[in-house]
This record gives sequence, C-alpha cells and structure tokens, in this order.
Amino acid sequence: MDTDQLIRTLAADNAQRAQPVGFVLMLALLAAAPISLLIFFAELGVRPDVMTAMRNPFFDLKFAVTLALAASAIAVSLHLSRPEASLRGFGWWLLVPAGLLVAGISGEMMMPQRAPMMTRLVGNNSRACLISIPLMSLPLLAAALFGLRHGAPTRPAVAGAIAGLMAAGLAATLYASHCTDDSPLFVATWYTIGTALVAAIGALIGSKVLRY
Amino acid sequence: MYVHDFVIYRSGRNELKDRPNYVVGARVREREDEWTGLMRSAISGDSTAYHRLLKAITPVLRAAARRGLARAGQPIDQSEDIVQDILLAVHSKRHTWDVNAPFAPWLFAIARNKLIDALRRRGKRVFVNIDDFAETLPGETQEQTASASEIAAHLNTLPARQRQVLQSIAVDSASIKDTAAKFSMSEGAVRVALHRGLASLTAKLRES
Repeated sequence: MDTDQLIRTLAADNAQRAQPVGFVLMLALLAAAPISLLIFFAELGVRPDVMTAMRNPFFDLKFAVTLALAASAIAVSLHLSRPEASLRGFGWWLLVPAGLLVAGISGEMMMPQRAPMMTRLVGNNSRACLISIPLMSLPLLAAALFGLRHGAPTRPAVAGAIAGLMAAGLAATLYASHCTDDSPLFVATWYTIGTALVAAIGALIGSKVLRY
Repeated sequence: MYVHDFVIYRSGRNELKDRPNYVVGARVREREDEWTGLMRSAISGDSTAYHRLLKAITPVLRAAARRGLARAGQPIDQSEDIVQDILLAVHSKRHTWDVNAPFAPWLFAIARNKLIDALRRRGKRVFVNIDDFAETLPGETQEQTASASEIAAHLNTLPARQRQVLQSIAVDSASIKDTAAKFSMSEGAVRVALHRGLASLTAKLRES
C-alpha cells in the first residue's frame, strides 16, 4: 500500500471518533474500584472507632493527603496523555499532597504529645500499611494504565509512575479509614513507601504498555 | 493537486533557502496555521479537510524521516515505512489533540516519538531534534520515491473481510458506499471493518 492509498483509507475512517482519554480513564477506574473495595472489606474494614476518630484533625488530614495525591495524579496523567505535553509547569501539582503532609507534621510538632516521636512514626500498623496499600492499588493501577493507553504519552515510564501514584492515592484513601495510626509522621513514612512501590511498578509496566 | 501542496516545486530546488530568515519563518508559520485550521475542520467531521491535511503533512514527515535515517547511517529507502507509521499514529491518537492548541507541536511530538522508535528498532540510538520537523522548509520536501513494505505485510494477516474493505478503499479508491455495494454489506459494516482493520494494523506496527 503506498502512502497516498493509506491516506485515502485514513480519511475514509475520519467519521470514527474515539472517546476522550479522561472518559476512558474514569470508566476503567469505576470498573476496578469494586475489586479494591472487596479486598478492603474482606481483609481490613473501617476501624471501629471511626465516629470519634473523625473529630481528630490528624485522622481527617490522612484523607486530605491521599485524595490530593489521587486528584493531582489524575490531573497530571491526563495532561501527560497528550504527546506534546511535559511535566514542566504541571508537575508541581504533585507537591500539593507533600505540602499537606509537611504542614501536618509541623502542626503535630507544635502540640503536646503523649507518645514520643519515634513511637508515633513506627506506629502499630506499618506492616499492614505496606502490604495493603500496594495490594489494593493493583486493580486500580491496571485500570489507570488501561485508561492511559488510550492517550499518547511521550514518556511512558513517567506516565506509568503517575498512574501508580493515582492508584496508590485511591487505595491509601481506603486504607486510611482502617488504620488507627493517625500521626502525619506515620503517614509520611509508611504510606510514602507503599506509594513509591506502586509508582515503581507503574513505571515499569508503563514503559512497556504505554508506548504507542 | 491541491493549493496546499505548495511545498512541492517542480524544479525540486528550494527557492526559499535564498530568502531572508523572516520570510522562511513566516512561510512555516503560515503552513502550520493552515494545518491547525484543517485539523479543526477534520475533527468536526470534514473528511476532505482531513485528507488535505494528511497530504500536506506527509512531505514534511518524509523529509524528517529521511534526515533521521541518514544521520543514523541507515538507508533512506526505509523512510516510507516510518512515514506510514507516523500517519497511522496521528490517525489513532488524534483525539488527544486539543482543538484550541496549535496542531504542529502535537504532530511533531508524535512524529519524533515514532522516528526515535523506528531508529531504535533498527538498533540505532539517535538524538532526534524536534526542530528536524519544524525546520523542514517548504520546498525542501520531495514526493514519495521509496516504497513501504511493513503495512503491506501486515495487511495479509488481517481477516479477509477487513482486508477486502481496506484494499477496495485504498487501492481501487472506492467510496464507502461503493465498497458496501460491491461486497453487499451495509455502509455501517464497511465503516466498522475499515476502522477495525486500521486499528489492528496500528497495533501490529506497534508490536513489530
């Protein structure tokens, strides 16, 4: 087939219009969410004292951080799904959750605490946190990668890592309602390690499947 | 030949090279604005504008592909496969173009990505500058001389119906309507077969 012939067939196919990347990504995440919810309710469940915990600003801060991570990762990944886009000018969105955490840590430092710093940092649930966040992330990561495959990211590994941040942010939101460690020091340590793991998996798979 | 094919000169000589830079820059900008206009019409359903756009960008892509191959020390007769690969990617990813953004940066990003990929597959690591595309001057570009083989090879692996529909439109330049009549299919079925055929050609090129 010579190039003029190819162009003729492409023009004939012009009527077929693909869905926007954001729409496909949203559908994929909605399809995967029940799997992560199933893992959550089967293995973890909401902590029993959730009603009193909600009055603790550090409990609420966990959700602000994880949701900010998920939201900024969604925004950045949609931006990066355009071939001419780069992280420049957009990457700072990813600093929002980190900024919230830093603010939380300084806030906690200024208050009188019953437990010493290292105890708060190590907490009681570090292992559960390190396992649960990546585990609940996996279905969401698969969905995010599926959705972003619809786009055309110029740097597939970067886009994959951000898909990992998105999945981890959503999974950590679920996990936060189970975990009784509310100290921002705990969140900054263990949530971050779990999230970094998912981002690394995302980068690895993304570098293969997000090429177009 | 369309008015938009002003990039091709019969003499093959680049008349713009002797002009001052600002004239060349203006011509390149004018060309890119025209592409953006055509792509907007294409997205709103104008297939003729889409056809004109693809015809207009092809010589620029071809010149850049040749330059990339030459710099990598590869024979330039493989340029047409790269051009077709880029055109298929442009087609399958056109929903990622923002209608309010200029078209050229989007196009060149896709083209650069595909060219790097193609050179890498041939075992060459080459830095491809985006300016290779942007700076291709009107007049520097040539008609197709090399032939492409990759798509033709993959075409034979498609299901019979998809292949027949693609060939009818590509080779016999039949319309969707004529193709539907020829194979006693509905026009909708022809459109679906065409779309699936192109999608699986795109997927096969990505895997290879």
